[in-house]
Amino acid sequence: MAGVVQVSQPTTVRRTAGTSRSLAVRKFARGLPTKLLILLLLVIEVYPLFWLVSTSLKSTQEFLNTPFWSLPQSLEFQNYADAWTLGRIGVSLQNSLMVTVPSVFFILILGAMAGFALEVMIWKGRNGVLLAILCGIMVPVQMILLPLFTIYFKVGLTNTLWPLLLTYIGHGLPLTTFLMAAYFRAVPRELFESSTLDGAGILRSFFSIGLPMVRNGLLTVALLMFFSTYNDLLIALTFITSRDKSTVQVGLLNFQGEYGSVLYGPLFAGICMTVLGTLVVYLFLSRQIMQGLAGGALKG
Amino acid sequence: MNQVLGDKRAILILLGPALLMYSVIMVIPVVWSFGFALFRGNLIEGFTFVGLANFARLIQDEQVGSAVRFTLLYTVVISTGQILLGYSLALLYTFVLRRSSSLIRTLVFFPVVLPSVAVGLLFSRLFAVAPNTGPVESLLTLFGVAPFDFFAGAGTAFWVIVVMDLWRSMGFYGVLLFSGLVDIPGEILEAARIDGARGWRLIRSVVLPLSLPILVSSIIFSLNASLKVFDTIVALTNGGPGSQTTPITLLMFQTSFFYSSFGYGSSMAILISVMCLTVTAFIFKYSRRDLTVAEAA
Repeated sequence: MAGVVQVSQPTTVRRTAGTSRSLAVRKFARGLPTKLLILLLLVIEVYPLFWLVSTSLKSTQEFLNTPFWSLPQSLEFQNYADAWTLGRIGVSLQNSLMVTVPSVFFILILGAMAGFALEVMIWKGRNGVLLAILCGIMVPVQMILLPLFTIYFKVGLTNTLWPLLLTYIGHGLPLTTFLMAAYFRAVPRELFESSTLDGAGILRSFFSIGLPMVRNGLLTVALLMFFSTYNDLLIALTFITSRDKSTVQVGLLNFQGEYGSVLYGPLFAGICMTVLGTLVVYLFLSRQIMQGLAGGALKG
Repeated sequence: MNQVLGDKRAILILLGPALLMYSVIMVIPVVWSFGFALFRGNLIEGFTFVGLANFARLIQDEQVGSAVRFTLLYTVVISTGQILLGYSLALLYTFVLRRSSSLIRTLVFFPVVLPSVAVGLLFSRLFAVAPNTGPVESLLTLFGVAPFDFFAGAGTAFWVIVVMDLWRSMGFYGVLLFSGLVDIPGEILEAARIDGARGWRLIRSVVLPLSLPILVSSIIFSLNASLKVFDTIVALTNGGPGSQTTPITLLMFQTSFFYSSFGYGSSMAILISVMCLTVTAFIFKYSRRDLTVAEAA
């Protein structure tokens, strides 16, 4: 640790290092452990994913008979086709999107509306309501599973995607409302006051001024909610028993249970495909995603 | 002005839907769970009132005891690892890589967004011994360790879980703690260096106290997430061998849906909530005392 910090130390070292070759070598040698450490870190983080992709392109025979580091001899894209149909990854992906996209949309719009009402508008008891919603952040999902199962069962919603949609929205709202209230707090109040003076109703102020002012916040929360919904297992596992309705996470688990010990290639291909979706989103929005997930944790 | 900003009808329109969803999906079920815990039975067989019998059973149940012990052990190991690795990464980003840390941060963070089941299945293959020797087994063979099945023993299976979850989450805690470290004003660090604080001493006396608030938040978040661990363990070991890597969340799920004991399952859900609340309250109390100590010193 001491060496780590010294690297960033006085500028005098850098100045003299240029003049003498032995000093430059010594400086390089001193930085070497750090460089090796970073290299090791990257190998540990990235290699498993590389291995995943390379194995997903091997035939079962090849997977069984070649060592792990060998690259696929021929690209076995059949694995992906098998995973898509036999492993029902296609259906799962479709279900996941059908649940995730509307969930995130409703979480955002309802959360933003509630955050606005609680933060910008002035009324008695708003702090109490905010506090009551805050408590929801602390509640473990386990506390709501069994009663919700009972409700959905009685209403006859079991084995549709509705239970997932409703549960994700209700469960995502507390954190979203809280975060949106925080974003609205940062918007100067004068904006809403002047729009009111100009004759805009409060709903108009919300849609024309409130929402555009917090659009960065909306994106951040959207990403946080997207990943927590898309990657949920517990809620999906509880409310979905039919294979046609399984989400990506449940689908993968079923696939592993049924074919996992026979169809290695397709299993790896299936894992790859579920990973790919998140990878694409991550490549474009990594900065906002890191910000969003970390922010959600800190404030929550 | 206040008439518009306090428009009752608008408040109802804006807040109503969210409040309704929140009440139906969160508030009512939570209250209902407390009610369930006083009954025995399930949806098919009906319910019988048993009072506090579920809680009495909870205390004596050896399965619950071992699941709680496993959860606590897991939480201690994982949270310690997450915070230590995360803090090391954050120091690396802030003091070594500085401006160029963006790419490494992005790469190390990536596993966080992967579906947890995908990660669990990936690691079960990475550590597999049959039918194909996985990368980890191959490396161990290279060092002269005879191949063995990681998932046959509770101890080795536990360490695979630990490696997987740290692999998955360390980038997250790195970024979380990094956001606290970059906020430390450069002048303070400069002043400390001029006063002769170097290396470990600089970190201990200057960086650590200044990043304490974010450290406390991270610890609370990490403990709560670890106590509620479910996905990755289900995908990796599904609680096995036997039930030796079964956390309390998985036991609650099995009790409720495989053995159809809604009442007993609810009492376990309450136990999970109590564990989370206790740990959070404890850290809050402890960290407040620690803050004053740091100020006094």
